[in-house]
Amino acid sequence: MTLGKLTIAATAVLLVLGTQSQAATIELDLVSEEASAQEIIQEALIEVSPGDTIVLPVGTYHLTDGLSLDIDGVTLRGQGPDATILSFKGQVTGGEGLLVTSDKIVLEGFAVEDVKGDAIKANGSDEITFRNIRVEWTNGPAPENGAYGLYPVSSTHVLIENCVAIGASDAGIYVGQSQHIVVRNSRAEYNVAGIEIENSFYADVYDNLATHNTGGILIFDLPGLPQQGGHSIRVFNNRSVNNDTPNFAPEGNIVGGVPMGTGIMVMANRDVELFGNEIDGNATTGLMITGYPNDYDDALYQPLPAGIHVHDNKFGNNGFAPDDEIGEVFAEIGGTPVADIVWDGRLPWFETFFGPSAGEGIYIGGNEATDGGEVTFANLDVTFWFAARWFHSVDREAPSHAGDPAVLTPVTLSQLAGE
Amino acid sequence: MRAFFHRLAILLGLCLGMGTPALAVNLEAALSETPPKRLSEYGLFADLRGQVPAEGVVPYDLATPLFTDYAVKLRFVAVPDGMSVPYSERDALDFPVGTILVKTFAYPDLAGGEEGGLHLVETRLLIHRASGWLALPFVWNAEQTDAVLKRAGKTLTVMATLGDGSTQEIRYAVPNVNQCKGCHVSNGTMTPIGPKARNLNRDFDYADGTENQLAHWERIGFLGTLPAPPAALPRTADWLDEDTTSLEDRARAYLDVNCAHCHSPVGPGKTSGLFLEWEETSASHLGVLKRPVAAGRGSGGLDFDIVPGDPDNSILLFRMDSVDPGIMMPELGRGLVHTEGIELIRKWIGSLEE
Repeated sequence: MTLGKLTIAATAVLLVLGTQSQAATIELDLVSEEASAQEIIQEALIEVSPGDTIVLPVGTYHLTDGLSLDIDGVTLRGQGPDATILSFKGQVTGGEGLLVTSDKIVLEGFAVEDVKGDAIKANGSDEITFRNIRVEWTNGPAPENGAYGLYPVSSTHVLIENCVAIGASDAGIYVGQSQHIVVRNSRAEYNVAGIEIENSFYADVYDNLATHNTGGILIFDLPGLPQQGGHSIRVFNNRSVNNDTPNFAPEGNIVGGVPMGTGIMVMANRDVELFGNEIDGNATTGLMITGYPNDYDDALYQPLPAGIHVHDNKFGNNGFAPDDEIGEVFAEIGGTPVADIVWDGRLPWFETFFGPSAGEGIYIGGNEATDGGEVTFANLDVTFWFAARWFHSVDREAPSHAGDPAVLTPVTLSQLAGE
Repeated sequence: MRAFFHRLAILLGLCLGMGTPALAVNLEAALSETPPKRLSEYGLFADLRGQVPAEGVVPYDLATPLFTDYAVKLRFVAVPDGMSVPYSERDALDFPVGTILVKTFAYPDLAGGEEGGLHLVETRLLIHRASGWLALPFVWNAEQTDAVLKRAGKTLTVMATLGDGSTQEIRYAVPNVNQCKGCHVSNGTMTPIGPKARNLNRDFDYADGTENQLAHWERIGFLGTLPAPPAALPRTADWLDEDTTSLEDRARAYLDVNCAHCHSPVGPGKTSGLFLEWEETSASHLGVLKRPVAAGRGSGGLDFDIVPGDPDNSILLFRMDSVDPGIMMPELGRGLVHTEGIELIRKWIGSLEE
C-alpha cells in the first residue's frame, strides 16, 4: 500500500507553494479493496510527518490490532465522537487500542470502543491533548472490560477536555505518574473510578461530571513506583453525583477496594484543594480522606494524606447505604448514615499526640449542605479503633489543624496559551 | 577518541562519495536517507536464501533468547571495518555508527524442501546511523528469493513447529517500526537488546571451529580488550541448562531476556514498578508480594505479582499463560503460550520460600 491510496488534500497546496515544510492534511479513505482500515491507518501513522494532520472519515471501522503513533507534532482528527468510531471488538493483538509515544500530539473527534486492554494510552508524551474523544465499552460495566479509557502515563503537559469515558473496569480517565495536567469539561460514567489522578503533580480537575461510577473522582498515591509523592492537585467545580455502580474491578487492583457510592476519595496525597464541587447521591460517603491501606516495601513512600483543603463544596444526600468492607467499617465505627466527609484520622505517631505541623493537616470549612442541615464530618480515628479501643473516639468536629493550607496556583499548559 | 576519528573518517568518506569501507556490506545504502527496500540490496549475505553471511558479517547466538512463537532465529552482526566495541558489563554493547544487527525469523520448512531446511519469514535490521538506531522489518516473499521492507508491519499466516514438535498454523505478526521501538527504547533512546556481553558469553560453532563468542569477537577486532578471560566474566544463564545452572538463575535469565527490555527502571514498562532485569536485587521490584498498579483484568483476580511457593496465585504466571491481548505478557511478539517457559517460571515460583 502506498500514499496513492491516501487522498492527500494538501498535495495541491504543496505543489503550488513549492515547499516541503508546509504541514499537510492527510484525509484517509478507509474503504479499500487492497488494504484494511487497520493497515491504512497504521501506515499513515508511521509515514506522517511532524506538523501533519491525519483526518479520519465518518464511519465505524473494525480493527484487529493495536494502533501506535510515534511521530511528534501530529494531529489525529475524526468527524466527531459519534461519527468516527474505531471498534476493537475483534482485537487480536496489542495491549491498547491506540498507543502514543511522541510529543505535541492532538487526538480529537473520534471514538475508541471495546478495546481488550486500555483504550488510548500515552506513555512518556509531552504536550498530549485529548479533545472531544469518546472511549467506551459498549456492553456496559463488566470485569472483562479494559482497565483504562484515557490513559496518559509518565507524561507531561496533559490536556483532557470535552471527553467521555464509559465502562472502564478500572478508571475511565486515568492520569498516572504525570505532571502539569488539566482534565475539564469531561464526563465519566459507569466506570469503577470515573476520574483518577495517581502519583501525579500539578493537576487541575474541573467542570467535569462523574456519575454512575463506583467512585467519582479519586486522587491516589501508591508506593513502589518511579514517580510518587503526588501533590498540588486542585479538584473544583465538578459534579460527582449518583455514583451507584457496584464495584466491578478485577480483584487485586487498588480500585477494587473502593466502595460503591464514593463521591471523591483522596488517598496519601499532599496539598490537595477541593472546592466548588457538588457531591450528591453517593451511598457510602461524599468525600473520603485516607491513608494507604496496605503493607508496602518502600522506605521513601509517604502513606498518609497531608495538606488537604476542603472548602465551599455543596454536599447533598450521601452516606445512606455504606458499601463493602470499607463501608462496613465506617458504619460500625461511626454509624449510618456515614458523614459527608470521612477521614480515617491516621497520622504519624508523633502527630497523633501533638497534631500535624503547620500546613500539613486537614482543613475543612465553608461547605454547604443542600439537603438541609449541616455538612457532617467524622474523624473515625481508625488507628485506635483497631489498636486500643479504650482510647478510641469518633470526632465529629472538623479539625482545626495548625497553620493554613498551601495556596495552589492554576496549572498552565502551552495547549491553553490562548486562553 | 580513536573511535571518534574512525567514525568521522567513515562519515566523511560516505559524504564525499569516497566509497565504502573494505566490507562486503553496502554500508552507504544502509546509512543513506532512504534505506533500500530490499534486503538483497544491503549485501549482508553471500547467499541470501541460505543465510550464509557475507565477508565481515559474523553470526552469533545468545545464552537465553527471547521467545517469539517458537521461531528459529538466525543472528548476525556487521561492525564497520577497523572499528571495535568497548566491553561493558551490564548494558547492550555500544556498537559504533555503521553497525548492522541482523535477525532472521524462520520455521522448519514443511513444504517438502530439503531436509532440515528453513522457511524464512522475516528479517529485522537494526542499523546504527549517526542519528541513532533505526529498526527495519523485511518480509520474505513466497519464492524465498528476497525480503521486502514493511515499515507498517504485516500479519502473516505461517506453519509453526512448536516446542513439542507438533505443527500449527499461526497468525504471525511482523512488528511495525513503532512496535520495534516499543521494546527497543531505553531511557527514551532506541537501543539493541540482545547483544549484551553477558548474554554473548558462550561458545559458538564457527565455520572454522568452536570458540567462545567474546573471545572470538576480541580476536577479530569487534570487541576491545576483555577485562578478564570470558570464564571469569559475567554470563547470563542458559535457561535450558538444567545440568550446570540453578533453577533460580535459569528463571531469572528467562525473565531478563523476555521481560526486562520493558520492565526495567529505564524501559517503557517502568511505570509498573516491576523490574525483571538480571541485576535487580529488590524482591519487591521483582514482584514478590508486589501489588499490581495498572493491570486491569491482567491481575486475574490475584493480589500479587509473585506469591512465593504459590505459582497459581501469581499474576506473573497468569499473564504469561494467556493469549488474550488485554491480559497477556509480553504484549507483543507472541501469539502462542510458551509452555516450556511457563514450566520454568512455575517451578521457580514454587521453589521460593513462603
